[in-house]
Amino acid sequence: MSVVETRRLTKHFGEALAVDHVDLASTEGEFLVLLGPSGCGKTTLLRMIAGLEEPSEGEVHIGGALMNGLPPRTRKIAMVFQSYALYPHMTVHRNIAFPLRAERLEKELQDEKVHWAAGLLGIERYLERRPRQLSGGERQRVALARALVREPNVFLLDEPLSNLDAKLRAAARDDLLAFQRNIGITTIYVTHDQVEAMGMGDRIAVMSDGRIRQLGTPEQIYSNPADTFVATFIGSPPMNLLEGPERTVGFRPENFRPFSDVPADQLPEAFQFHVNRSEYLGSDRYLYGTVEGYDEETKVIARVPVGVSIEEGMTHRFAVAAADLRFFDPATGERIGPTS
Amino acid sequence: MSETAVEVKAVAPARDRRHFLDNDRFLAIGGMTPAVLYILGLVGIPFVLAVLLAFSDVTVGDPSLDLTGLDTLRQVIADPVFWQSLRNTFVFTLVSNALVVVLATALALILTKQFKGKWLVRFLVLLPWTTPVSLAAITWLWTLDSIFSPIDWVLRAMGLLESNVIWLGKPALALASVITVHTWRIVPLAAVIIMAGMIAIPSEIKDASDIDGARFWRRTFEIEIPLMAPIIGVAVLFGVILTITDMTVVYVLTRGGPPPNSTQVLASWAFFKGIEGGDLAQGAGTALFLLPVLIAVAAFILRFARRREVL
Repeated sequence: MSVVETRRLTKHFGEALAVDHVDLASTEGEFLVLLGPSGCGKTTLLRMIAGLEEPSEGEVHIGGALMNGLPPRTRKIAMVFQSYALYPHMTVHRNIAFPLRAERLEKELQDEKVHWAAGLLGIERYLERRPRQLSGGERQRVALARALVREPNVFLLDEPLSNLDAKLRAAARDDLLAFQRNIGITTIYVTHDQVEAMGMGDRIAVMSDGRIRQLGTPEQIYSNPADTFVATFIGSPPMNLLEGPERTVGFRPENFRPFSDVPADQLPEAFQFHVNRSEYLGSDRYLYGTVEGYDEETKVIARVPVGVSIEEGMTHRFAVAAADLRFFDPATGERIGPTS
Repeated sequence: MSETAVEVKAVAPARDRRHFLDNDRFLAIGGMTPAVLYILGLVGIPFVLAVLLAFSDVTVGDPSLDLTGLDTLRQVIADPVFWQSLRNTFVFTLVSNALVVVLATALALILTKQFKGKWLVRFLVLLPWTTPVSLAAITWLWTLDSIFSPIDWVLRAMGLLESNVIWLGKPALALASVITVHTWRIVPLAAVIIMAGMIAIPSEIKDASDIDGARFWRRTFEIEIPLMAPIIGVAVLFGVILTITDMTVVYVLTRGGPPPNSTQVLASWAFFKGIEGGDLAQGAGTALFLLPVLIAVAAFILRFARRREVL
């Protein structure tokens, strides 16, 4: 097992800056998620850690050793790709055995390890099939088995669930997480799906424009976003942001409640909320509207229990507990308080 | 119902009416006709004529079409030159295409890598393909000339050679020369086809083989070449058709010689018999022996193409 560390890691593609001086360190056996919108540089960062992409600047360390310039095979890493990248002309058995053949391991040992990996992932009965005869979920397991069979120190996963349909994805997420916990291997997982990131990551690195905006546990990132990008990228619906002259005020929709619902000892901050539309979602109700005293264009969303009855087209007195308010610098978007 | 239709028609202004080019039936017939006429005129009729001639005794001197059954074909196969030509046709085709596969695959592997001046190399590689076969063959004829061959000149200047090689004058060398020219001519096309196959391999597969620790040989022979096998097959089939039906190279370089018929192939033998010798029936009969081979190759191509779709 090893930790992965990047130091001021940078990648240019011509003029474009894909990864911008990233310092990132995983801890032992951690499930670390790189989360960001497409084009934010998360995959490039992963590929530099894997050795598939040479950094323009900066260093990659795995298990304490400098990896720059070393080919992927020497890094003791395994990677699972978005498309799984199984070798279509080989049986599942040969696919899983391929890294072992490349290591020139003895034939008996190869077979033993293939069966061990296949057993762990429950794909033993597919060993003689070819990838195209398998479903998406089965292919993903084969890709994991192929990654696992060399007993790598680090697992790198590039959106491995995005090719599965929604139902299968939830199940695969559980399996993958249980599997990672089971073998306790340091894992770096790239995704653009915040639900996946929140549900799976020990820690999440939120990326945008080639930089890490925030690194923290899902709770930290959700309740204490480092800037307005993280505040709006994480959470669905996103954090409400009201731009004032000195500071931007932010609060989560579930913390925006009718004034009478916020106890006085929580120091409610009151807002006049004009509700334009309400949306019934079964378990909750979303209220869409604007807040008096702020820009009419700024849409605000409240998430209230279904039982709360609110009339559309009217202005209501709403409030947020003082502890649930977050403040950002309107110029830079960075968090300026409170520091809870 | 019909009343409403009439009404609508009357109201619609002229330019809103359906243009005849929007009519699928007209487009289908109009679009297909030129192709059908072309194929009938330039392939269908000559083909039927060739089959008819092969079962007749037509010569230039006696052009009346008298059907004589299998007599002509019997005469064709009774001639030892026919068998020599058949053998040469297969030797040329097999040897040059074996060389083509190796060279074109190697070229494709090189030309899909990143290096400086790649476009120039690609351009030079493609050049033989853009030259008409006859002109290319004439260039080679001069290059392999018995007296003025520049190859001989270089070898002489380097002190490796006393007297001229006479490339096209000795049976073994003439065979090798024809094979070389065929290979030189087909490699570019095959390389381009194989390159397309190479580029079509998903980059994640190459990345995966990198991660899995495969080095150059293992990646090339266990991943890339197997994945390109169908497209290499297509390149070979094109190459086979181009060599098996070609008479230009032999006609220009050796005219079937050195005497009597060391490099004669079916296509050139049919030409010499039928056109230069005036025995149209035997010429057609000789050429007809290419048909089963070509049908087999065409069937293979179609099967390959279908399998690609399934993949």
